[in-house]
Amino acid sequence: MTNMTCYHCGDDCGRDHVHFDDKDFCCHGCKTVYEIFTSNGLSNFYEIETKAGISPKEVRSKYDFLDNQEIVDKLTEFNEEGVQVINLSIPSIHCSSCIWVLENLNKLHPSISNSQVDFPKKTLRVTYSSTDFSLKGLVLMLSSIGYEPYISLDEYDKKDKKIDRSLIYKLGVAGFAFGNVMLLSFPEYFEVEEFWLEQYKPVFRWLMFAFSLPVVFYASQDYFKAAFKGLKSKLLNIDVPIALGILTLFLRSTADIAFDLGSGFFDSLTGLVFFLLLGKFFQQRTYAFLSFERDYKSYFPIAVTRLNPDKSEENIQIYKVKVGDRLLIRSNEIIPVDCVLIKGSAEIDYSFVTGESQAVFKENGEKLYAGGKQLSGLLVVEVLKSVSQSYLTQLWGNLVFSKDKASTFRTLTDSIGKRFTAGVLTIATISTLFWLFYEPSMALNVFTAVLIIACPCAIALAAPFTLGNMLRIFGRHKLYLKNTNVIERLAKIDTAIFDKTGTLTTTKKDTIIYEGVELTPEETILLKTTLRASNHPLSRSLYDILKANEIATLDEFEEHTGKGVVGKLDSHTIKAGSSVYVGEGVSGDSIAETAVYISSNDAFKGRFVFKNSYREGVSNIFKALGKSMQIGILSGDNDGERKQLQELLPVRTQMHFNQKPEDKLNHIQRLQREHKVMMVGDGLNDAGALAQSDVGIAVSEDINVFSPACDGILDASQFDDLPLFMELSRKSIQVIKMSFVLSLCYNVVGIYFAVTGQLQPVIAAILMPLSSISIVLFTTLMTNALGRKISMKKGTIDSFSTS
Amino acid sequence: MSVIYVLLAISITVALVFFAAFVLSVKKGQYDDAYTPSVRMLFEDELLDASGTSTTEQKEITQTKRTNQ
Repeated sequence: MTNMTCYHCGDDCGRDHVHFDDKDFCCHGCKTVYEIFTSNGLSNFYEIETKAGISPKEVRSKYDFLDNQEIVDKLTEFNEEGVQVINLSIPSIHCSSCIWVLENLNKLHPSISNSQVDFPKKTLRVTYSSTDFSLKGLVLMLSSIGYEPYISLDEYDKKDKKIDRSLIYKLGVAGFAFGNVMLLSFPEYFEVEEFWLEQYKPVFRWLMFAFSLPVVFYASQDYFKAAFKGLKSKLLNIDVPIALGILTLFLRSTADIAFDLGSGFFDSLTGLVFFLLLGKFFQQRTYAFLSFERDYKSYFPIAVTRLNPDKSEENIQIYKVKVGDRLLIRSNEIIPVDCVLIKGSAEIDYSFVTGESQAVFKENGEKLYAGGKQLSGLLVVEVLKSVSQSYLTQLWGNLVFSKDKASTFRTLTDSIGKRFTAGVLTIATISTLFWLFYEPSMALNVFTAVLIIACPCAIALAAPFTLGNMLRIFGRHKLYLKNTNVIERLAKIDTAIFDKTGTLTTTKKDTIIYEGVELTPEETILLKTTLRASNHPLSRSLYDILKANEIATLDEFEEHTGKGVVGKLDSHTIKAGSSVYVGEGVSGDSIAETAVYISSNDAFKGRFVFKNSYREGVSNIFKALGKSMQIGILSGDNDGERKQLQELLPVRTQMHFNQKPEDKLNHIQRLQREHKVMMVGDGLNDAGALAQSDVGIAVSEDINVFSPACDGILDASQFDDLPLFMELSRKSIQVIKMSFVLSLCYNVVGIYFAVTGQLQPVIAAILMPLSSISIVLFTTLMTNALGRKISMKKGTIDSFSTS
Repeated sequence: MSVIYVLLAISITVALVFFAAFVLSVKKGQYDDAYTPSVRMLFEDELLDASGTSTTEQKEITQTKRTNQ
């Protein structure tokens, strides 16, 4: 009976084991999905990949707001003449079975005419007839088979996003011109003194000129713009010598063919731009399914239920919520605005806002802040502030969120570029001066030749290819970085600050310790039975650890929301819940802890204390990081676990508790005066600190679910590899430096030809691609070698990756 | 020997046709998702329904039924 796994989702068949159709399921949800699939001809789902299903979640009235036509209009891409098209984001898409079943949705409902998955983005595009089907129906159907779409306020605001494909066009133009120019310039490479060749030379040359026009004026315009921008702000970035090189190549070549001095360097020109754009393209590809720009909007719901004065309920869009409105908050819903509790007992989980994992109980008349999640029961609240004015959302008004870290950071390539440009200009001037005295007719030739051959194509390619490849390797090991710039910043970090709750601790399991008089076996059975009927998260986790052999049938059971549960059997009563409920009064030290108090026949027995359990390897990480940098803890929690942390962490670790989101931001800002700071956090409360820090990394148990705006998302299972990732980013910088040396060697050879006035177009045409290709090879090999190091250290061979 | 002009014209036209095809395919979004089609092409067309017959057959049957009516 043990080790039985669910036929649908592959989870362990625990206490809710279901046997159906000769197959085992972990819950009724999974069984239902299996039934839906098999009865609709979709059983192939289990053939493509085994046990790949997702257990469906209860949704009930969560999507009632989709009845609101206005909201549907906003969400759909196309909505006319009874046909609607919608693009839904479905985070649970993960395998080929998912693609298969989602693209065969029309088997489940005939109104769906077309559905198409975009796997890298994890989106599904559905076309359906709206006359006999609705968006709500579609969403409920998807949820019922485990593919619940993610619809948040973010989606609502989304304007038609234009996908920027200009780089692909430019790459296409440059590649097209490069190939044709190469072909056309070939006859002249051999300089055969042949009659017909002489005759048609001008045609070939002007054709090459024509091909190079779109390359110079369209494909390479980004380099001119960047160089101009750099010069304007008095920075000599790497784009300056590149733009100078392209311009010189074009002018010199045009002059050459116009005055019949030679065949020009159009082949090198188009080749150079093509390779440069290739590097850019390689660097640009990142993770389409992750969003690094999320703010509270992707966390908040689109609509809430408003209670009208005439007692009718209405789903309204969240921006339309006005001060004074009464809202209905169901269990597990997010409170979207600051409000006052009117009715119901609130048990609110503010972990996203404050980092405090313990739920807070509120009485009628107390103020509730936006961002909290109601855990159990129905609430009626009165709105105090509109969405954008609320406590949490105001944080996003801070300037750090509009700041672009990448633009203020000077990359290695740019700082090399400065010296490089200065060097090239000096060499060009000196050699021109020399030739002016020696043989004035050669001076201009030499000057342009130096600028052409010194064009830092290889240098400009080193960083994109090294970092681009490293980004992919990190991604394979579940650290997803926003862009390549982050790796360079990561290499410079000398201070690491960690959030506690959710980052160092795991939300998956709690350590539960019992304090008090030992419970008798009968009491344990009774307690377990009582807890079984309760849906409260604490009851659930307590139920799982209690060891009792049998489950009794209760005579009486009552759950007091927000207080506790009581169970009765044969005049034996057991109570479990908060200290006040059980009648134990609050003792001094218990405020900082989460505990369930137990009383048997109204006599206090003891309490179960829930302690956060720290992720495996936390102390190792701190030891490893502590060698090379300063470490600190910034927690929104109270200091109840200071002692435990002190045992785990190195002595020098600074700890700050009770930090509000703004405090965290300001703390990072103070540190940044002297240090390069990395912030590792997880919740909305860290959002300010993540944005302010030099590198903000969000740790996430499930990368598809919400994580705040950051520079990188780290899968929680790989948390202990953080020091390794940092070491590898430093190593990649070394690889870039090595490639700089290598490409400088090529430049020295090229400059020798240029200075002595022997630079033939064919030499440039060989040297330029040769240096570029060898740099690409070198960096790829080196980074792959580094990547193998991670795999070896973990003892795993990465066999499959979707990136 | 002016045939070289003809040849050049033809070769460049052919090249331009391919270039236009490339631009068109990018514009249509064929380069946006480079992964899913590679999985999609491996799926078999037939869907099995509960009775084990493939639904493509099933469809034909229902279609003939309809035409009979």
